[in-house]
Amino acid sequence: MLHGYLPAILGGLMTSLQVAACSLAIACVFGLIGAAAKLSSSRAAHAVVDVYTTLIRGIPELALMLMVFYGGQTILNYLVTEAGGDYVEVPAFAAGVLTIGFVFGAYMTETFRGAILAIPKGQMEAATAIGMSRSQVLARVTIPQMIRHAIPGFTNNWLIMIKATALVSIIGLDDMMQRAGLAASATREPLTFYLAVAAIYLLITTVSILLLSRVEKRFSLGVRKAELQ
Amino acid sequence: MIDWSVIATSLPDFLAGLKVTLLLLVISLSTGLLLSVPLAVARVSSNPLLSKPVWLYTYVIRGTPLLVQLFIIYYGFAQIDLIRNSSAWPLFREAWFCAWLAFSINTTAYTTEIIAGALRATPAGEVEAAKSLGMTTFDLYRRILLPGAFRRALPQYSNEAVGMMHATAIASTVTLVDLTRVARDVYANHLATVEAFGTVAVFYFVLTFSLIGLFRLAERHWLKHLRAQVAAPSTLVAK
Repeated sequence: MLHGYLPAILGGLMTSLQVAACSLAIACVFGLIGAAAKLSSSRAAHAVVDVYTTLIRGIPELALMLMVFYGGQTILNYLVTEAGGDYVEVPAFAAGVLTIGFVFGAYMTETFRGAILAIPKGQMEAATAIGMSRSQVLARVTIPQMIRHAIPGFTNNWLIMIKATALVSIIGLDDMMQRAGLAASATREPLTFYLAVAAIYLLITTVSILLLSRVEKRFSLGVRKAELQ
Repeated sequence: MIDWSVIATSLPDFLAGLKVTLLLLVISLSTGLLLSVPLAVARVSSNPLLSKPVWLYTYVIRGTPLLVQLFIIYYGFAQIDLIRNSSAWPLFREAWFCAWLAFSINTTAYTTEIIAGALRATPAGEVEAAKSLGMTTFDLYRRILLPGAFRRALPQYSNEAVGMMHATAIASTVTLVDLTRVARDVYANHLATVEAFGTVAVFYFVLTFSLIGLFRLAERHWLKHLRAQVAAPSTLVAK
């Protein structure tokens, strides 16, 4: 199938999935820190997170990725030569993952913040009133409900993010797009390979939607939906 | 640390890149808006022969990366003999045409879903009132459904417009010299990271917030009747 390039493309798929998984982890960490900072009473923390989310919304992912890739290169080499080391190269994987994670961390910040705000305050107060400690309130009341409120936004961010991973080929990462490009020029059949990549992405997004809607159902057990009309 | 002379000498290039970025944005968004209105009407239709094909179109386009769509059109279509031998072939060899086509197809899918969602959110009473006045379906859409839907769609559409503006950076991968391509060229020629990417960041930043500002003005005008309710912290919602 695909003139024998199928294993190569699937190998690229593994890279794409690794990029997506690592970026997602980084985005969630940034998102949780960002949301915590926005909900804290510290004005300095608010300002830092505001600058972060505003910057991300103002600049395209691709431009940011190039900035991190080439800029990181410059800074890293400056530091390394200062320390007496040799020329080093920023790994494309790290640049791609860090950029995508950083960008989607900003979107996750808003998702998580909104999810926490959606929980009625009285529940946390009630939990404190019956003697739960702060960490117990967090683990038993806040987090389980926050997940439910965060899932729609999380799904949306994840779908945009998985599509953004196609961009890492531009900074030279050996992902699915890159492999498809190589196979396309070797066989002179670009349509075949790019359509195959499109089909694989469509499969990933479809599976993601199905899985996450099941997760949402699981976390929404016991919540009645308003019936319209 | 910053070499201002690099920025000064490359400023004309950045301005030319800005022109390409803006032109790409305007032609794609206007095509998208034009096509998505009839598609959205079809999407909410109770006739599955109309709504299902549109559903499939938006599902496939929204489920695949724009970069892949652009490559399919720019590189892939050359493989189809029917296109190669047709009189449209000179167009498909043109990066401009391919970028416009890919971006328009992409933004049409997202915009169709935004407008369809807004149409579905029409209060049932408005439709009943219009029908009881004897409006035809065409009048119902023209006078009641679409004007209301456009208003409701505006905040979400502003996100799509900003997203599309950011997506034009992808045109730099098919030889078009937009803002991002200029930044890469300036970096390659001068090895000046901060100057190249810092400048382009400023350009995009100003562009994004001008666009958001324009949509704010539009919302203030067309969503005047909702202003009292908009007081909630809705400004913090990202895309």
